[in-house]
Amino acid sequence: MRKLLASTAVALLALTAGAHAEGKLSIYHWFEYIPQELLDKFAEEYDVEVTMDTFDSNEALLASLKAGKLGSYDVAVPGDYMVKIMRDEGMLDTFEASELPNFGNIEDKWVDVEFDPGRKSSIPYQWGSTSFSVNKDVYKGKLDSLSLIFDAPAELKGKINVLDTAGETLTLASLYLGIPQCTSDRSQLKELNALVQKAKGDWASFGSDVAKDVLVSGDAAAGMIWSGFSAKARAEGANIEYVFPKEGMIVWMDNVVLLKDAPNRENALKFMNFLLDPENAAAVTNYAQYTAGVKGVGEFLKPEVANSPESNPPADQKGVFVQACPEDVQVLYDAIWTNLKK
Amino acid sequence: MAAGAPVGAGGTSNIYKGSGWKLLFPSWVIIGIFLLAPVLMMAVYSFLTKEFRGGVIWEFSLNAYDQFFFDRGLFGDEPPTLEWTYIGIFWRSIWQAGLATITCLLIGFPTAWFIATRKPESRSIWLFLVTIPYWVNLLIRTVSMKFLIRDTGPLNEFLLSLHVINEPLGLINTNFAVQLGLFYSYLPFMVLPIYAAVERYDFSLSEAAADLYASTWTILWLVILPVVRPGIIAGCILVFVPSLGAFLAPDLLGGAKTFMIGSLIEEQFKGNAGNWPFGAAASMILLTIVMCVLLVYARNQNKAEAR
Repeated sequence: MRKLLASTAVALLALTAGAHAEGKLSIYHWFEYIPQELLDKFAEEYDVEVTMDTFDSNEALLASLKAGKLGSYDVAVPGDYMVKIMRDEGMLDTFEASELPNFGNIEDKWVDVEFDPGRKSSIPYQWGSTSFSVNKDVYKGKLDSLSLIFDAPAELKGKINVLDTAGETLTLASLYLGIPQCTSDRSQLKELNALVQKAKGDWASFGSDVAKDVLVSGDAAAGMIWSGFSAKARAEGANIEYVFPKEGMIVWMDNVVLLKDAPNRENALKFMNFLLDPENAAAVTNYAQYTAGVKGVGEFLKPEVANSPESNPPADQKGVFVQACPEDVQVLYDAIWTNLKK
Repeated sequence: MAAGAPVGAGGTSNIYKGSGWKLLFPSWVIIGIFLLAPVLMMAVYSFLTKEFRGGVIWEFSLNAYDQFFFDRGLFGDEPPTLEWTYIGIFWRSIWQAGLATITCLLIGFPTAWFIATRKPESRSIWLFLVTIPYWVNLLIRTVSMKFLIRDTGPLNEFLLSLHVINEPLGLINTNFAVQLGLFYSYLPFMVLPIYAAVERYDFSLSEAAADLYASTWTILWLVILPVVRPGIIAGCILVFVPSLGAFLAPDLLGGAKTFMIGSLIEEQFKGNAGNWPFGAAASMILLTIVMCVLLVYARNQNKAEAR
């Protein structure tokens, strides 16, 4: 339901009803992640009728496609590890670099990525980090450690919101403990289980799509959040600081993928190419406040976005991608999560 | 049916004679497609093997039910003991739904009574007023409730400004908030059936009982309650059943800190777990519980009618 909140509030259906549109494009996207004007621009430039549905977690995207939606969307926007999972599940179509004239605009470091080597099925959309933000009116101490969430100081006890997804919350907990992701070591897993069980006593709520709202409204004084969302919360008046923890943070990249059995493959490729244009990539960044993986966006960025503290971590900041665990290990993490919320 | 026996509503006409099944056909199709088929599918899926990250493998398996009832430790190699996790989640949901039903009854009965005892002309206005909030989507109403009661919301601001309280009440993310949400969501489902029952009540019965020196309580217990009982039971079911599967109020007002039946099942399909057979099994168990409640009701009704 929390899922309902997001999808109902921002579901953008039947966006641009060009009465004489030449073709169609069906997008499956995160909520609140692309400016309407950009969709309108694409629709107008290519004379395409664009429709979009939204999801609020990588897992929800996968579930929906598995439940029979594959074949009704052209493109989707999964995160890094989910690209790999979808590729392994055979849900992605491939394209040649030559089919995208703007392929060369992809920043070099994002071409040969582990989750899609050589970019056969995906292009970068935006990348950012997952950490947490703290209200500076409530807590005046040093902001440099995940201990503020997992071993909360008195000022923050009972005022913490954590993301309601096992992947992100348990990964940050693992970083705090300094244990590897997808571990099958029993003592490490027991340690992780004990940590979150104890920390939960200090947590006020679990929520992903409300992560920004609770910080702006003051329901929470500290909350796990995505970097761009934190920047938006700050812009909406929350006196918060996004923390770059010394133990490390989660780095992620969302990617536009070409789905298997896409009904409008040609338009999907046009759209992907359109998004690799620096001006359009910058429009997304200006809206979502993350970072584009595209060359030459600099001149189109608003200065407050380009220089936002959330998007400019210290040079030596440690960051990890969330890993997709094998089945026998994943069930252990699922059990810890269920145990946490039972 | 004997020849010449009246057929159809009120038995006033024979034009529908023999065509009953044709008239029922659309209902059967709708019930078949939208109710029986999904439930059957769910029943089948609950006995299949789970596929990693969602989906099923078409092999018979009792693992989903095993997981629900037996605990083999975090690593699955301890001797099985009774699993309390899911029973606990179900119990919490049943308890929440029961409490919400009782609250709705305590407020709903006097409300219905009040409306039913107004002049006939003004009753429809009162009923209209009860239903007005329900023109707005449940999600919006639940979010509004959250805005109202949060620590920085108007309720707390108001009480703070009057110096009635010195600290915000801290209502949000509590069980009280969840109860408030459920109560607010489902109150009319209690008021309307009770109203319908009370409206039919013949008030001369109360007068007769009073003439025979029955006390107010005796009249309520022995005269009024037996007459309006079907309305009360219908109202209780209409509140209890949706409260049992509610996930908006627990998530938005309760902070999603603990699974309710609804969110536990959702997690199996949309969350990390991706365990469809287990989600289906949990749904089947929930369905069984609800069916039992309804069967008890049906039996009581039959007994009451037989009397």
